[in-house]
Amino acid sequence: MFRFSRFLLTACAAGYMTCAAPVLAADTLMMATTTSTQDSGLLEYLEPVFKQETGIELKWVAVGTGKALEIAKNCDADVLLVHAPSAELEFVKAGHGVDRRQVMYNDFVIVGPVADPASVKGQTTAEALKRILDTKAGFVSRGDQSGTHKAEQKLWQQSNIVPDKDPKYFSAGQGMISTLNMAAEKQAYALTDRGTWITFADKMGDKNPLAIVVEGDTALFNQYSVITVNPAQCPKVNPALAKKFEDWWVASATQQKIAGYTLKGKQLFFPNANR
Amino acid sequence: MDYLVNGFSNALYLLTHMDAATLSAIYATVASTCYAMAAALLLGVPLGFLLGHCSFPGKRAVRLVSDTLLAFPTVLIGLLVYAFITARGPLGEYGLLFTLPGMAIGQAVLALPIVVSWTAQALEDLDPRCRETLLTLGANGRQLAMYSLWECRYAVGMVCVTAFGRVITEVGVAMMLGGNIRYATRTMTTAIALETSKGDFAQGIALGLVLLLMAFVVNLALAFFRRRGRA
Repeated sequence: MFRFSRFLLTACAAGYMTCAAPVLAADTLMMATTTSTQDSGLLEYLEPVFKQETGIELKWVAVGTGKALEIAKNCDADVLLVHAPSAELEFVKAGHGVDRRQVMYNDFVIVGPVADPASVKGQTTAEALKRILDTKAGFVSRGDQSGTHKAEQKLWQQSNIVPDKDPKYFSAGQGMISTLNMAAEKQAYALTDRGTWITFADKMGDKNPLAIVVEGDTALFNQYSVITVNPAQCPKVNPALAKKFEDWWVASATQQKIAGYTLKGKQLFFPNANR
Repeated sequence: MDYLVNGFSNALYLLTHMDAATLSAIYATVASTCYAMAAALLLGVPLGFLLGHCSFPGKRAVRLVSDTLLAFPTVLIGLLVYAFITARGPLGEYGLLFTLPGMAIGQAVLALPIVVSWTAQALEDLDPRCRETLLTLGANGRQLAMYSLWECRYAVGMVCVTAFGRVITEVGVAMMLGGNIRYATRTMTTAIALETSKGDFAQGIALGLVLLLMAFVVNLALAFFRRRGRA
């Protein structure tokens, strides 16, 4: 008779007893980072090394750079690993962050259908973007204020095109892989960081409907940096731990490990600290 | 199609070789859902009971509000709770954002209207003749309330199952408040969202099947309790 209610009571009581907030280990850093560092597998590769060498537990939320900066402004993260230099400099200038250091770079590439309907292969970035719109081939944008999206907006700006109203400009509002999937489904073009592209191409295998059409242009350089959330604004940030984190990223051993991270034999990130 | 085939084989693999990541996602799912359900039931069942059993001025309006909240978009719940528990919010000092309890708060807010409205509905659906009969037999208010509560225990059990299903399969709140942190707040649903965003569709399907299996086990347990109660 009463078994069911007793079960409920027990369940509630058990829930209550364990409802105390989990005690965080003394040395934990919360990092807000971009989807590319997580989806490429770089963080999972580096995190155990970081823990072993510094004794600090690194936790992260992987979001677009825009959201990562927003999370940091609210003091909900201690450190950042992001890739939108102009937004980062504004962030630091506004007093939200300190100690911004470059750690590595990769580059952006424009990918599109293997058949290249807009015939942009080998063109400059500006010319390629113009042709993609003119030929109504279709372009899928991240549309989420991530580092890649910001870079893309800058490229449109540099070629004096406003694509937003174009019916063949699709703003996905999703992560990089989802955006590439959309481009593959729609037979459209997209801008992606090379790391995520290699990951995507690896998953697609022989059936990959997309290929790189534009690369190597200086406009496509993609810089990653670490920033410490300003302890003066956010008392929760432990400056000593954050400094250890920053020093670790630019240390030569770490830089070598970044260079050594490959996928399908291809290097994804190129260390460039102190340069 | 091969996503589905691979999804099934991956699901079998996950179930037979429980790796740390899957185990911790299962734990995070169960823990946050239990916190949320405990809070929602402790608050919601008494409120729903009062709303269904008693008559008071403005009762209809309260009921209308509660029913409207059933359509609360989960992303909005996530945003509102985020505003409260972020380090700069009014509850910032407790450091709840990106933790399991923080996630559970949002899920409890999601489950509460379901528990309140449906409990009230269950009480209103009781046969009114029983109430009259009890009154003529000289039952006092307390006895009447106890009888009603006992009479609709299975309906409340059903409410539990429904709210549990909503909470355990929810992804917006869990992603926003938990942050999808590996080995900490990565739940089954946020793991599925991550695998999908990484393009590992088969792995996403596999995790989804494991989640379905978890829900099945919980419902099996509840069905067992119901049968025992009826015996």
